[in-house]
Amino acid sequence: MKDPVDVLIIGAGASGAAVAWSLAETKMHILCLEQGGWMNPAEYPSTGRDWEAKFYGEWSSSPNVRGRPEDYPINDDNSPIKVVNYNAVGGSTVMYTAHWPRLHPSDFKVKTLDGVADDWPIDYDALTPFFEENDRMMGTSGLSGDPLSPLTHPPMPQQPLGLSGAIIAKAMNKLGWHWWPSDTTVATMDYEGRARCINLGHCTPACAQGAKASTDITYWPHAIRAGVELRTHCRVREITTDDNGMASGVVYYDKDGIEQFQPAHVVIIACNGVGTPRLLLNSASGRFPNGLANSSGLVGKNLMFHPYAQIYGYVKEPTDSNRAPPTCLWSKQWYDTDLSRGFVRGYGVQFVRGAGPVFEAVVSEQKGILPWGEDHHRVFRKLNGHRLGFSAICEDLPEEHNRVTLDPVLKDSHGIPAPKVDYTISENSRKMMEHALARGREFLETAGASDICVNSPIPWGGWHLLGTARMGTDPERSVVNEWGRTHDVKNLFIVDGSIFVTSGGVNPTSTIQALALYIADQMKQRLANLFD
Amino acid sequence: MSDQLPLTPRQRQDLSTIAAMIVPASDEYKVPGADDPEIQADMLATLGRDTKQVAAALDHLARLAGMPLADLEPAARDGVVQQFRISGGVAAATLVRVVLQCYYRDDRVLRSLGLELRAPFPKGHVLPDGDWSLLDPVKARGGSLRRTP
Repeated sequence: MKDPVDVLIIGAGASGAAVAWSLAETKMHILCLEQGGWMNPAEYPSTGRDWEAKFYGEWSSSPNVRGRPEDYPINDDNSPIKVVNYNAVGGSTVMYTAHWPRLHPSDFKVKTLDGVADDWPIDYDALTPFFEENDRMMGTSGLSGDPLSPLTHPPMPQQPLGLSGAIIAKAMNKLGWHWWPSDTTVATMDYEGRARCINLGHCTPACAQGAKASTDITYWPHAIRAGVELRTHCRVREITTDDNGMASGVVYYDKDGIEQFQPAHVVIIACNGVGTPRLLLNSASGRFPNGLANSSGLVGKNLMFHPYAQIYGYVKEPTDSNRAPPTCLWSKQWYDTDLSRGFVRGYGVQFVRGAGPVFEAVVSEQKGILPWGEDHHRVFRKLNGHRLGFSAICEDLPEEHNRVTLDPVLKDSHGIPAPKVDYTISENSRKMMEHALARGREFLETAGASDICVNSPIPWGGWHLLGTARMGTDPERSVVNEWGRTHDVKNLFIVDGSIFVTSGGVNPTSTIQALALYIADQMKQRLANLFD
Repeated sequence: MSDQLPLTPRQRQDLSTIAAMIVPASDEYKVPGADDPEIQADMLATLGRDTKQVAAALDHLARLAGMPLADLEPAARDGVVQQFRISGGVAAATLVRVVLQCYYRDDRVLRSLGLELRAPFPKGHVLPDGDWSLLDPVKARGGSLRRTP
């Protein structure tokens, strides 16, 4: 039998890396098990001429399409939004747009302010130092001083405005609407061993330059140097418990597929909003028949995706196309509740610079604006390199019927039951999406765009996996307490997006990592009585 | 040799025919059609995980046509292809995507579009910094975060 470790972290992505690094200073024996492996930037899509074709196969954002051995299948047939993620050291930070807004202070008080959902048991101020610490560790770029966003201090200047940014800015100014250069985790200068961005194009499927922050090149090197052990290609099947109802360790399959048991004094789950409930539900036992830490019955429930309402069109001027990071500017014009709009809460906007030629051809053909036959070439030249996009990240409110359960049939390559997602877009979200599309259309028309197309929701847009093990002070209405410890198992913690109480209207990774650092800090402060 | 190809001769023939219907050659733009032998060879060489869907699409097309697509009269061929686009589902969409992704990485096509014949890395691209005075009206308007209790 293996020697027990002090702390066992499951998952080496955004939150697992942050919590590992933060806890390393305790000098405890910390082990992280990750089902994926280390990435090799020499194999990233942008190193090859066929870079765009790879997005449809081995570099698809969908694990179901990719089907790598490191991935697990997800039954999302009963959801208009499909789950996208990545499984490797770095997790989904390997494959994300690097857009880096954070939740607003008001997002933590939605019940008090708007009478919907629940307030968080913590407030923005509790996370402020960890947002700052995380921004330094991930290395952010941006422009401080946005009047409609929380104050940030990015250590690097914002991305260039570029061709697309200038067109967007002029149109937004004509309308008198708010916009601001986005905070991103794209390095705009050499930073902590990372080379500055050279505009390889689509950041989403990994950055060969290393300019985009992913935790395999930010947190992990520091954590490993500080003594954290990271074991790759190890897929955890279940968390075990002892006679006292405490977590005793995990059963996992090692890189050779051999079942192993790793005892641990503390277990931290960092598998995000689908992987975490899957693991808890797969850890059911005689003592925990409905899944581990699930006395509330809320494990897997309240899944929030952020339905994306995307609208795009084509301007006469050239745009940046694929020659720049895809996101550059945001707008918070419609972020806060205004009941005259017909819905509660709001949405952030991220503007899109453009697309590459293959993506443009494939999508435009599917949309019916790129014809077959003789006129194909003329139309393609009108579209290619002229796209401009407006994507609204709509706040999804928690609803228990939106959930992750275990599929009764589908299993991963180790025979572990796969997750099943049941999700519908609420009436409130639909109204919000319609509002966003109308504003997006105004924006595009003001920019002089034609051939306007809509993706609402973006079907392969389930990047943000939130709410399925929510945080709260009431054990009957939440899974973890206000510092990330499960109510039911006193040495089991969750640090990922599943503990979100509400989703806000922004990309969540900055907040997920700030939460992970906050929970690590709480653990460090309570080491003497962590299990009380 | 032919045994190693992922598609049957009939499937390859129909793939070439439908590819030319999607993207025909153009003298005006000085580009080949998607039935160009080099582009077709690229498709066959890189079908990989798409082979099953593309083969299924071509089988569906063959059923609709009842004979090699190229042998149909133009009007009948257009009718078959219309039906194929309506009824072909994911398989048809995969076939079209394979045609387009191989076409739009061909050197002659990229050159015609004014694009460089290279991978994005390591050269990257240059992006103009832009006129940041555009932000002045936003700064002047100001605003504040929603108050929290």
